[in-house]
This record gives sequence, structure tokens and C-alpha cells, in this order.
Amino acid sequence: MRKVALSLVSLVTEAALRNTPLYGEHMQLGAKMVPFAGWLMPVQYTSIVEEHQAVRKNVGVFDISHMGQFIVEGTGARDWLNRMLTNNVDKLDVGTGQYTFLLNDRGGIIDDLIAYRVDEQNYLLVVNAARADEDFAWLQNHLEVGHAAGLPGNKDRKRDACATILTSRSANFGALAIQGPHTTALFHALFGKDIEVPARNHIVDVPFGTTSVSVARTGYTGEDGIEVFFAANDAVKFWSAVLELGKPLGIKPCGLGARDTLRLEMCYPLNGSDLSPERNPIEAGLGFFVDLSKPNFVGRDALVTTKESGPREKLVPFRMKEKGPPPRPHYAVFRNGERIGEVTSGTLSPSLNWGIGMAYVSSAHAKVDTEFDIEIRAQKFPATVEKKPLYRKPVS
Amino acid sequence: MMIPDDLLYTESHEWIKREGDNIRVGITDHAQSELTDVVYVELPKLERQVNAKEPIAVVESVKAASDIYAPVKGTVVEANKALEADPGLINREPYGQGWIFVLKLENPDDLKNLIDAAGYKKHIG
Repeated sequence: MRKVALSLVSLVTEAALRNTPLYGEHMQLGAKMVPFAGWLMPVQYTSIVEEHQAVRKNVGVFDISHMGQFIVEGTGARDWLNRMLTNNVDKLDVGTGQYTFLLNDRGGIIDDLIAYRVDEQNYLLVVNAARADEDFAWLQNHLEVGHAAGLPGNKDRKRDACATILTSRSANFGALAIQGPHTTALFHALFGKDIEVPARNHIVDVPFGTTSVSVARTGYTGEDGIEVFFAANDAVKFWSAVLELGKPLGIKPCGLGARDTLRLEMCYPLNGSDLSPERNPIEAGLGFFVDLSKPNFVGRDALVTTKESGPREKLVPFRMKEKGPPPRPHYAVFRNGERIGEVTSGTLSPSLNWGIGMAYVSSAHAKVDTEFDIEIRAQKFPATVEKKPLYRKPVS
Repeated sequence: MMIPDDLLYTESHEWIKREGDNIRVGITDHAQSELTDVVYVELPKLERQVNAKEPIAVVESVKAASDIYAPVKGTVVEANKALEADPGLINREPYGQGWIFVLKLENPDDLKNLIDAAGYKKHIG
């Protein structure tokens, strides 16, 4: 069994990995820990499938303290972010957030993230762990450019540089995602009956004991859910309260394994698999989160070109036609014997008990209901392009 | 982690049970636990002749696909069809109903190359 051998070898490098403030809690719960994006993270506590079902049916809690948290503040914060990110920051009222992209000059995706406007001139960016260092360096570099003399547009940028402060609070903060139909019940158990749950994509500060946490109504599972941000010192206290008060609601601590199957059923992209610096948001089918009416943002020119000519390849959700081996990243996609693309995400959907995935295929074959073949161990298995999402909750 | 004393093992985490001229093969409790939920098993074809350490079956979990190897040279005489309908048997009963295939031994002496329970325990340390 080759995979097992590999995963044991990878333990050797664990010493160099970072731990979240909840590392001790995960170990105590008997979690299986794996290296992920430079962190040692729980991949599962008892079973990926059980944890997946807990989120679909009851409620689950994920440690997402590995994600990066940046603060951007100052009089220039809004305009600067509007030039760094694809979505329109002007549309954010205080206390709301939006999904957005950080692009390189070629329109390629450095990261996908959520930007919250937490105060008039204060923004919280929640970024992927795997990209956090790169994001920060990129953003910092684009602040510093403003100081350099003689560059085109320098006058404008210089003002930003003085008026915009970028800091990372990642090392001092933790976060949990609470996801599932019983989220609001758990919210009230944690914070009191009289505290209102924030509306979708809203963020509020809520008192918790002698401290305060930020609660955003968002998630990566397709279920109702919140993400809670808190000082690292409060992590264990908050995690314990969530598990304790969630017990009557059937809560389960959930690992990265279930996080991945849940997000894939919803066709939410995973950076590093479905998104990369070689792909842009239009190809990824996420043009909705790009505001091309903004006159200027990094990567805009490339996106305008892609939009005009049409992307060469598109990211499409697909479902296997027959019960068989699940699709996996990097499997080749064929149509009439010709190679037309590659799978970027694939698994056996625990909700559907069926093989599902996403693949980049040439745009000619990207329409819904198109049939193609996935090559699995030198054998071809038919699949069909589907609409997003791949899983819809049964109407109850 | 269960490691029954009456079985033989490979370093690639298969267990082997001698049944006369045949051996029954599955994956260890440790292996199923590392793999997590098994969702698909590709069984070997009957009558297939295999060499020692040749990939012969595939066990897929939610996370990944893993090759299973023939512990010794032989011919496939049985494959566990029950795994097609219920691959989770490998997680629930790795040494029982979760067996994967039966090989007819080419040469019973080949079993001397396998490790015993104590050796396997040390291997996964």
C-alpha cells in the first residue's frame, strides 16, 4: 500500500510545521493530523464521511486558525483595495463582506479571499493558509511601490502608501467555522437568545465571556454557517464551549477531509487545485466576483482580453455516469479519443455516494450535459458536465 | 491497533492468512485507519497470475487511491465481491469480511519472505 508508506514518511517533516492554538485539543480528540499548507492540521477525527454527514444534517466545527487574517486600514484603504482586488469594495457597507480575488498582472489567481469592511476605514481580509505569506508580500510590495519615485501613476499611489496600513494578525488570532442546519441554535446557545445572528455575508462583534469575538455568516460547505474570529488566547475556551454547547445538537469536530468533500459538492473552488496563477477567474467560471466596470485593478487588462476572446478552457463540474472508481485530481479528460482537459478536484461525494469532480476542459466541450471520458488507470469512464452545485439539499 | 498473531504481514501493509495451498489477503487495521473511509475497491481478475510485489488491486478512500500488492507469486482464485457493494467492510472488519483476494501459492516456501506480527508491529512502530 504505497500511500500509507508515503504518509508515514511525511511525518518526518512535522517538526517544521506550524500548529494552531487548538493543536492540543485535536490531539486529545485523537485526530489524524496531516501536513497542510505548512501547518499540521486535523484531516479527520473519526471518519470523513461521518463528519461530512454531521455538517449536512446537524452541525460541525472546523479549526480554520491556519487561514491568514490581514487588516487594511486608513483613509486610503478602500481605494487601494479596489485596485488590488477584483470585486468592488465600494459596494461594502460597514459590517459586510464579499468574496474576491487577488490577481497577478497576467490576471492569474494569487488567491481567493473574503474581504470584510469591519469599520468605516478598516477591512479584514481572510486568505488561504497556503498563500498567506505570498499574499502579504504581494500586497506589501504594492504598498511600497508608492514610495518609489518616477513610476507612472506615482502621485496617486504615494498618497495611498501613507494613508493605508497593512498588518497581518494571523499569528495572534484563531478562527472556527461552525457549519450546518443547527448553526443558529448553537449561535444562541453560545452568545445568548437576544443576540441576533448576522445576515448572510455580514460580520458583527459579539461579547463572549469577558472577551469579544467577530462572527461572520459565511462558510465553505453550502450549509448555513458562521466563521468566528478570536484572539489566539481565547481559542481553547471558545472551542470547548462550542463542543460542549453543541453536544445536544449533534455537533462533531470536523477535519480537512470533510471540508474538502463538502466544498466540492457545492463546486466551491480550492486554491492550489482549481485555482492557480495560471488560471483566471473567468476561466474558473467566477466572473461574478470580478467587477470589470472598475477602471483599474491589477490583472484587469488580461481579464478584459479573456472576456472578449472567450476563455480557451473552462472549469466545469461533472458527475460520473456509472458507479465506479472516483475521479481524482490530474486524471486526463477525453472526448472522442482526443484529450480535452484535466481533472482538478475529484472525490466520491458522501451525500450522493457517487463520483463527482471539477475539470478544466476546452471551452467547446464545457456546456452542461456534454459527455466526456475520465481516464482512470488506463481505462475510460464516462462523465457528464453538470450545473453548479453538484449537490442540492432535498427540500424538506 | 489490532495485529493478530496468527497472520503474516508485508511491509506494504497487507496481511496474509495461510489456507492450505492458498493464502487469503487483506489490508491491516493500521492501513485501513491511515486510509480513512474506503469508498471503492478494484478487485483483481480471477485466474490472473501475479509476481510478488506486483500491484494487484486498488483501494480508494475518500482522500486517495492506493495500490495493493501481491505478497508472493501466485494465481488469483477468489476476489471478495462483497466489497463492490460495501467497500466499508475494509474499515469495519479489516481481518474478517474485509478480505480482498485469495491467491493459490506458486511455492509455499515464498511465505518465508513475509514478516510475523511482531515484525509488523515493529515496522509500523
